[in-house]
Amino acid sequence: MIVKGGTVYDPANGIFGEEMDICIEGGRITEKAAGEEIDAKGLLVMPGGVDAHSHIAGKKVNTGRIMSPGDSRSGVEPRTAVCRPSTGYTVPNCYAMGYRYARMGYTTVFEAATPIIDARHTHEELKEIPILDKGALTLFGNNWEVMECVHDRDIPKLAAYVAWGLQAARGYGVKIVNPGGGEAWGFGTNVKGVHDPVPNFDVTPAEIIRGLAQANEMLRLPHSIHLHFNNLGKPGNYSTALETLELLKDIKPSRRRQVVHVAHMQFSSYGGTSWKDFESRAPDIADYFNKSSHATMDMGQVIFGNATTMTADAPLEYANARIAHAKWSNYDIELEESSGVVPWVYGRKMLVNDVQWAIGLELALLTKDPWKVLLTTDHPNGGPFVNYPEVITLLMSRPKREAEIATQHEMAPKRSTIATIDREMDWGEVAVMTRAAPARVLGLAEKGHLGPGADADITIYDLKPNEVDPSVDHALVKKALAAAKYTIKGGAVVAKEGEILQAPLGRTYWVQAEVPAADAQRLMVDLQEKFDRYYSIQLSNYMVQDAYVANPVVIRPPAREAAKEVA
Amino acid sequence: MKAIMISGRTLAQGVACENKMSADFLAATSVCSLSQGDYQQLGLLEGKNVLLKNGFGQAVLSARSDPGLPAGVVFIPMGPWANALVGSDTGGCGTPQFKGVEVEVEATEAPVLGVRDLFRDITKGVEA
Amino acid sequence: MIQEDVICSFCGCLCDDITAEVEAGAVSRVRHACRLGASKMMGHDRIKGPMIREDGTLVEASYQEAYDRAAQILLAARRPLLYGWASTVCEAQEKGVLLAEEVGGVMDSTATVCHGPSVIGIEEKGLASSTLGQVKNRADTIVFWGCNPAEAHPRHSLRYSSNVVGRFTPLGRAGRKIVVVDIRETRTSKNADKLVLIEPGSDYEVISALRMLVSGKAVIPERVGGVDKADLVALAEILKRAKFGAFFFGLGITHSRGRYKNVDNALSLVAELNSYTKFVVMPMRGHYNVAGIGQVLAWSSGFPMSVDFARGMPYFNPGETAACDLLARQDADAALIIAADPASNFPRSTVQALARIPVIQIDPYENPTTLLSKVVIPSAIAGIEAAGTAYRMDGLALRMKKLIDSPYPSDEEIIGQILESVKRQREMSAGGAAR
Repeated sequence: MIVKGGTVYDPANGIFGEEMDICIEGGRITEKAAGEEIDAKGLLVMPGGVDAHSHIAGKKVNTGRIMSPGDSRSGVEPRTAVCRPSTGYTVPNCYAMGYRYARMGYTTVFEAATPIIDARHTHEELKEIPILDKGALTLFGNNWEVMECVHDRDIPKLAAYVAWGLQAARGYGVKIVNPGGGEAWGFGTNVKGVHDPVPNFDVTPAEIIRGLAQANEMLRLPHSIHLHFNNLGKPGNYSTALETLELLKDIKPSRRRQVVHVAHMQFSSYGGTSWKDFESRAPDIADYFNKSSHATMDMGQVIFGNATTMTADAPLEYANARIAHAKWSNYDIELEESSGVVPWVYGRKMLVNDVQWAIGLELALLTKDPWKVLLTTDHPNGGPFVNYPEVITLLMSRPKREAEIATQHEMAPKRSTIATIDREMDWGEVAVMTRAAPARVLGLAEKGHLGPGADADITIYDLKPNEVDPSVDHALVKKALAAAKYTIKGGAVVAKEGEILQAPLGRTYWVQAEVPAADAQRLMVDLQEKFDRYYSIQLSNYMVQDAYVANPVVIRPPAREAAKEVA
Repeated sequence: MKAIMISGRTLAQGVACENKMSADFLAATSVCSLSQGDYQQLGLLEGKNVLLKNGFGQAVLSARSDPGLPAGVVFIPMGPWANALVGSDTGGCGTPQFKGVEVEVEATEAPVLGVRDLFRDITKGVEA
Repeated sequence: MIQEDVICSFCGCLCDDITAEVEAGAVSRVRHACRLGASKMMGHDRIKGPMIREDGTLVEASYQEAYDRAAQILLAARRPLLYGWASTVCEAQEKGVLLAEEVGGVMDSTATVCHGPSVIGIEEKGLASSTLGQVKNRADTIVFWGCNPAEAHPRHSLRYSSNVVGRFTPLGRAGRKIVVVDIRETRTSKNADKLVLIEPGSDYEVISALRMLVSGKAVIPERVGGVDKADLVALAEILKRAKFGAFFFGLGITHSRGRYKNVDNALSLVAELNSYTKFVVMPMRGHYNVAGIGQVLAWSSGFPMSVDFARGMPYFNPGETAACDLLARQDADAALIIAADPASNFPRSTVQALARIPVIQIDPYENPTTLLSKVVIPSAIAGIEAAGTAYRMDGLALRMKKLIDSPYPSDEEIIGQILESVKRQREMSAGGAAR
């Protein structure tokens, strides 16, 4: 297949709006190809979208569905010859997830947080999501074995556990959420900051984060640690963000990438001392990112309307439920994690929500290098992913931002700098934030770009970058982004003008890291004891079996020699 | 006498629940437990059966005394005998009311029906 | 041959430490299982082969004939009900969703005569819960309300709750306070520190009184639901003094007057207790994979039970689309019953309605539903003769093992074959034109 004459944005390969052909052979981008020609003359062509942080599968998501039947009444689409039925808006059913991402031109999506013991469930749902290539990040930040290794300063054993945990969960990378706080929540409390010791374990969140970062680099994992800060969602928490980032700046990455990826930075960029004087501290955060090189972030942009908050930050969810008098689901997971789900609404006239909305945009617009800022809404915490076109057009159009601000609370402009920002992103920057950077941040070598050897995941949008001014014609741009003219996945046209043409099963990426046998043996002594005494299931039934990952892509980082250690 | 009927799980019923055409299942689920006082008051000492009746139907069960039951409450293990006394109305929530059903209880000489006989009326149309 | 860490396929405890000895292609001995699990695993007399009812009598048929007849029945129906699902694995349940979509039927599980009201309660209030290992390791106060695990979940107290030793519960039973709330004494209440006897049908009022006491509003009547105020005050104190409380509830709450409102109230009580201390709540799911069908339906359709596919897209309205509702209104005109026995477990008049429509039964064992069935298809026993996924009462997914080979097809295969037959017959009657 050849995609002919598109106006191509492929930032990873230095291509910004060149008219060129893209050749596809055997599901990959090649130098030359024959076969079907797709006329993309003048049209915007990018790699398929990559979403590095979204809650698409597993216990939290399904709990969201079960507790919100009203949500499943919206977005209902009937069965067709190709498609299963779709339901839901903030918590779509599995089929809707795949179809809707594909319609938007996204082809790779990673589940943000999976507890190891619950990973089987996650994979059961992942296999039901059509079209997309997927992976799932594995939670480690409140784990008893992790905390004990950190306490004993035994990073090689910690690395052995991380490798084992990724195998057990068929996970892709190390996710850390409110480290230590999830364990404290086991008895109903939380940690107050990175140096607040975790009850019963005598370690601090700072130690947990550093330990896991070191283990991550010792294992040479493709992705860095992926971190949801302590104190998320609290006024004044930007100081925790900066403090935590500083903790990691001396750690050397084992690959050419960041040392820490910060999840949904918006929720951790808050100033003020209470909701009354709540304000944005995004400029401080952006300033830090402008001056440092060891971190990346994703936005966590807020979308007005319904959302469902779901996170392993269980104490936060309890607080959410009490603030909003909302229904509340909680799920504490033995030896490993906690989580909560609370339906939510972001209101245009709610001052706090307006500031949150502004912060996400500020972070992207004030950070100079778009490679450091991935576009997300932390679906469905900030809002459903189908609203990405809204976020993109807000970044590209100052007039659109002004029009939005005019509908908001009158005091909102005083609480952030959003109204003063002139910057309008261009297609190259958008392509970075939605394709090239997420792939690089995750360490997915064949995604997010259109060089030879890349997976043939390509999106053609029905708009001509050379003829359309996104600043003025933002409504047109949003419409075009919502339904790609063509979504090509692995060299097959899966979606065309909003219609799903085929729904093959995508692949699931997971990481299998090797560790020295001696470390693995020491680890097994610990695990044997934990299963004998504390877990409620047997070790032999714990790990995710092959049957659950039907279409895997296994990434095997280079093994290290036993003697070497990462500083 | 009037009573409130509760139906629920028992070990014996569970052990037999995949063997429902057996004597074990019959024994496990066609027995009505009454409080000691109610058992005596109805004159059930000689191993008589009980007839339970209400607007939804009736059933003959064997009887036993259970000191854990309060007066006026009878317990039947879940199954087709108990369900002869449960109404089909779900009150708009999808679930019938299997517990707290008003019944009339009296001693009887009538026999307890076997499983197949219990369903004879219902299966008439099926077997036609 | 000895197989260890076998997962029991009876109740919602999903015990995974069972040892099974297999000899000559059959399970010869079972260790660690309770009487319920052992009975299941040792097996019973089975249905020998497929049968189709001709002139009122069930007659031997081949599997293909049975599949085709079943497909015929479903195709001819305008509103088929596909019911049961709780005692088979998720892989079969997923095939069931495909079949329900294909025939535009209503897919419902045994939850609607069990913890369906709990699902509705969760839809009102959410569920503040945990895995069972959290209870094992942390719970010092446990309430069993309207349930009798000693008879329905026999190893629950041993493995997960009252008697088990965990990291922060080194004293096991001695370090715990066990409270049973019920309308009668049970085997479970014999192992309790405190039994609170309430009048039948008064769960809602008693829970309301506790909520008021917990929140410090002491203005309650002298007696609520047959319980003295002093006893209620004492119970509220026990709850608030817990370091980690676990509230397990069962059909005493879901089946009694008030049904889902009782659950709603109980969930609210636990949510409010979290203002004072740590508390979790968990429904005691009966069958080993009733939680699983709820998960499968939710991720496939957005709804956990009573899902109506007649419109070509999912519609959910318990009270309208639950199995008992459809039958009571004589709305369902055919039924496929798998891994359940509604003839035994539905109200008799609902069973009468079931008897008036063609019924397809998929089950290893004969039961009263067989007496009503037009097509009977014996299946392999999931968890013994077929592998697959099941979800424990706390939502953890485990993989059931296949211990022995079986000449019977699995539920997954049977549903798959019926689906194929439906598609084939549909194509044929459309004159061979592709859909």
